[in-house]
Amino acid sequence: MIAQKFEYTAPKSLDEALHLLSSGAKPLAGGMSLIPMMKLRLAVPEHLVDLRALKDLNYIREAGGQLHIGATASHYEIESSALLRQKCPLLTETAASIGDVQVRNMGTIGGSVAHADPAADYPAALAALEAKFVLKGAKAERTVSAADFFVDAFSTALQPGEILREVIVPIDDARTGTSYKKMVQPASGFAIVGVAARVRQNAGKVSFVRLGITGLSNHAYRATAAEKALEGKPATPNDIQNAAALVTQGVDANSDLHASADYRRHLAVVHAARAIGTAISRIA
Amino acid sequence: MNINLTINGKSYSQDVEPRLLLIHFLRDVAGLTGTHMGCETSLCGACTVELDGKAIKSCTMFAVQANGAEIVTVEGLANDGKLDPMQEAFWNEHGLQCGFCTPGMIMAAKQIIDRHPSPTEDEIRHGLEGNVCRCTGYQHIVNAVKAAAAGAGK
Repeated sequence: MIAQKFEYTAPKSLDEALHLLSSGAKPLAGGMSLIPMMKLRLAVPEHLVDLRALKDLNYIREAGGQLHIGATASHYEIESSALLRQKCPLLTETAASIGDVQVRNMGTIGGSVAHADPAADYPAALAALEAKFVLKGAKAERTVSAADFFVDAFSTALQPGEILREVIVPIDDARTGTSYKKMVQPASGFAIVGVAARVRQNAGKVSFVRLGITGLSNHAYRATAAEKALEGKPATPNDIQNAAALVTQGVDANSDLHASADYRRHLAVVHAARAIGTAISRIA
Repeated sequence: MNINLTINGKSYSQDVEPRLLLIHFLRDVAGLTGTHMGCETSLCGACTVELDGKAIKSCTMFAVQANGAEIVTVEGLANDGKLDPMQEAFWNEHGLQCGFCTPGMIMAAKQIIDRHPSPTEDEIRHGLEGNVCRCTGYQHIVNAVKAAAAGAGK
């Protein structure tokens, strides 16, 4: 399978990249989704701008009480980051569950998030973390919340010529536990359904819950009805079940050859209960 | 576009079309046919090579992306006719039957013990998730990785 002809540029600077992108070129990061699509000719970009070598897009650092992750940080770099393991274990756990070793060595968080595959893993975690995305164009930069970023399947708030430059996630206090549970599609490694849970307890009661769901519908979302149902409760197995039962509320579930809509809804409830239970068990 | 890269310690400089996949560069330009093209859809791992120390699937990378990189293929493992410990372990433990997946398996297996010098069985199986073998049922491959890790620790 050979891609259609295209022009390739490895720019020396982010400014050069943004200039090329503003003239219609498309960004290439790890290529783990784009290259297979080009080989199938589902994607036929005329000009690719390779962002992978740009050092000023590849970092993981703490600043201003938050964690800043450059767009070209690979899944492996995230999975193996000591800083993230300590301060945002939900992200390392999620990164470690993506695809396989070879994919994690090449694939990048910026590429995955910008591609917005409805079955990708990061969007669940980033929804639960209420992440912020820094989007940069040739002229301006803006910050968009995860809730506003994922618009539809393979559709995001990115405008033509813009790239996702950085992902920002919060640092939780010690009373917070997190977990990501997915039903994996074994050939591709994608999530048939994936649930990220972020739970805080105070005086024996759940004081804060964020649930991010991927794979169920066209884009990742936060299950706010389920979150509200659990907050203020002691989190007995019954409380968790009752909350998990609400994660599919108001959601149009996808159906494909791997899983029907009904089965996906069932998986979402089961995995939500497991993710919440595991998150609570991890509270220090 | 002209690219320069090192494969198994040897430098190559070549004019290539941007759409040329790295695996085609390895097999057709460099003549290194040890790296196999299996599924062509990034799923089977037969085309795994090491790029700047990381296992990657050479069917899912354009050769131009490897400009300036150092690549190791299965041909680069043996030294002066002496097999790499991982190759030796696959031989001793019967980690292959038809052998088609083996070059990719060995390159992925080497990444496992680079990152986990004494891997658990879970770490080995997790590390081989990107490689498909249709003959062995994986048990002997897992045994081979264990044996190579045990040998490398001595």
